[in-house]
Amino acid sequence: MKEQLYTISVYTENNVGLLNRIATIFLKRHINIESLNVSRSEIEDVSRFNIVTYITEDQAKVVTKQIEKQIEVIKAYYHTDDETIFQETAIYKIASDLLFDQREIQNIIKDSHAEIVTVARDFFVISKTGRRQDTEDLYNQLKPYGIMQFVRSGRISVSKNKMEISELLTNI
Amino acid sequence: METATKKHSTPKTSVKMTGAEAIVKCLITEGIDTIYGYPGGAIMPVYDAMYDYKDQLKHILTRHEQGAIHAAQGYARVSGRVGACIATSGPGATNLVTGIADAQIDSTPVVCVTGQVAKHLLGTDAFQETDIISISTPVTKWNYQITKASEIPKVMAKAFYIARSGRPGPVLIDITKNAQLEEFDFEYEKCTGIRSYKPEAEVQENQLKAAAEIINQAKKPFIVFGQGVILGQAEKEFKAFIEKTGIPCASTLLGLSALPSSHPLYVGMVGMHGHYAPNKLTNECDVLIAIGMRFDDRVTGDLNTYAKQAKIVHFEIDPAEISKNVKADAPVLGNVNKSLVKILPFIKENKHESWMNEFKKLSTEEHNIVINDELTPKGNDITMGEVIKEINSVTHGEAVIVTDVGQHQMVACRYSEFNKTKSNITSGGLGTMGFSLPAAIGAKMAAPEREVISISGDGGIQMNIQELGTILQNKVGVKILILNNEFLGMVRQWQELFFDKRYAETPIMSPDFVAVAKGYGIEGRCVTDRKNLKAAIKEMIDSKEAYVLEVKVEKKGKVFPMVPAGASVSDVILK
Ligand SMILES: Cc1ncc(C[n+]2csc(CCOP(=O)(O)OP(=O)(O)O)c2C)c(N)n1
Repeated sequence: MKEQLYTISVYTENNVGLLNRIATIFLKRHINIESLNVSRSEIEDVSRFNIVTYITEDQAKVVTKQIEKQIEVIKAYYHTDDETIFQETAIYKIASDLLFDQREIQNIIKDSHAEIVTVARDFFVISKTGRRQDTEDLYNQLKPYGIMQFVRSGRISVSKNKMEISELLTNI
Repeated sequence: METATKKHSTPKTSVKMTGAEAIVKCLITEGIDTIYGYPGGAIMPVYDAMYDYKDQLKHILTRHEQGAIHAAQGYARVSGRVGACIATSGPGATNLVTGIADAQIDSTPVVCVTGQVAKHLLGTDAFQETDIISISTPVTKWNYQITKASEIPKVMAKAFYIARSGRPGPVLIDITKNAQLEEFDFEYEKCTGIRSYKPEAEVQENQLKAAAEIINQAKKPFIVFGQGVILGQAEKEFKAFIEKTGIPCASTLLGLSALPSSHPLYVGMVGMHGHYAPNKLTNECDVLIAIGMRFDDRVTGDLNTYAKQAKIVHFEIDPAEISKNVKADAPVLGNVNKSLVKILPFIKENKHESWMNEFKKLSTEEHNIVINDELTPKGNDITMGEVIKEINSVTHGEAVIVTDVGQHQMVACRYSEFNKTKSNITSGGLGTMGFSLPAAIGAKMAAPEREVISISGDGGIQMNIQELGTILQNKVGVKILILNNEFLGMVRQWQELFFDKRYAETPIMSPDFVAVAKGYGIEGRCVTDRKNLKAAIKEMIDSKEAYVLEVKVEKKGKVFPMVPAGASVSDVILK
């Protein structure tokens, strides 16, 4: 069975120990977590984890069930890239003088539809939201000029199909 | 002392008390009458509170925290109720970990309470601070750290609800010292549900019908049942199901005693040292019906050659077990105490006599090659099997057999007769040496009217031998059988078979066990000659108090049949 990227979406009660519990499930099976994002969800007091891993569908099934088995997990789903709309955000910190000395940088920013977040005396910060390839391309274009800091968020995604989580909760 | 009214009423309205007293109140309200544990700094307030409730909550001081949790496990498994143990922070808590892992893998409901340093010291590497929450996370069904007294009632109620419902398991509650000392308004309400946790799914009629159709059409169906039948208290329902379908059934190691071993449809135990026929015929049945079991690798051997020809029907409470190891063609999710009842109307009455005869034929072969020699040996050495046979002849399958881990465990589980459910207490999933003696203490205290026999090897008994002190102090009438082969026998067997007879570190010296027992005020006897065996066993069983019987058995005995590790179940070898 072939490995591919799966996004596992987990709806949970807010609980301090839960991240540890969920991480253990991957650790135990030597599954690398490619990206992880935790945020609030569309439901009051319910958190949402987005975990991206490179695994087979069989593994995705088993891992999802193991996650769902945890007491504070309300529901877990797994999806392929085709089944989700997803994005990541990267931010790049660059020395300010470059913006004025290196005209090409302005073009790169414009062409990549990146956003200027802040401009200070010594540095400026741009951000780019998109797929992995988009933020990676921008990184590669800026790299020759020198990037002072770079960071990329975990993937956030929503499924194309409905997840019956809200109804599930109203039934309990 | 507390006033009588305060002690004996379940508070409906709130009562002011300390967190420590509240913990004790919660335990009592949840039906805990006995708790196993060991005191220390960070849990002292709770111990102090327990002092006032001695008449309602008996505390048993074990000699090691591992002994405490195994005793709680033995208690839980014999009674079907939640076991409880308590320890201090740091080493007290970490000493519980083996037992917690054992309870997790064998689905045993226990609640562990551990003390923790005060909240303001958390994370400072304070004296006896360990992060027991992180340590125990992968081996608990749930755990929680309480840092203020007001959390106690809700969290404790949740702990008991989680431990006992659905697929049972261990829960650890860590409570900081400040939370034990704080005063608050105590009010207790039992937990009846948690929105993110569904203990068991409702049985689906379409799943029942699909399973029934496969079962009804089967020509050579075969049932493998596990501890799920016992945990679901579904022994009667299971018996009705097998008797209507007429299907031969085999037990896993932990399923033993769910069905009397004398039942005509019972064909033995599956697994690495299980019986010949059920292992072999796993790969010839056309439908394999798994009931409350989880296809452990010690049961299945090589998964790629396990029952590939068969359709798989799986009755299971835990959704994560369905298709985890063996893909289910017809899963039936839910508690077997419901699904086995609800499926009956869809099931045709049937008999499978010629198929049953295939089991009988292979069983005869096993008797001729293995069992007869083990139970009625021709040589001078006493075999483990004949000791078990003698026990059967005195206890008639009524005793609780608590085993340790190794050859004696496999022999005891293979040859013990069971007439009553909850009579086989063993460390199955984790294989924890040192389990038997403390687990037997808990078992005997949970069922004082029953005969409880702890069976260990000379290796395993020395892993928790200090618990003889617990027996001494509490006058626990357990019978302790030590089958001494002067080796770590099971490992030695593997060395003989798979490591060129290089017996690295498996010869083991033992103290004079009878003298050790005597030191603890326990009567004992050692048997080296067959002619004294029967009388010694009778003397042990007849004893009203604890008794240690050491039997010097064959040194290089081997347990057969055997499915070599990684081999197919149908490649089970007889010698
Ligand atoms: C705590 C622990 N350590 C090591 C083992 C590995 N082990 C499995 S069986 C066995 C030998 C047991 O020897 P003994 O208690 O004498 O019993 P016998 O096999 O001789 O009946 C060992 C060391 C284990 N199961 N548990």
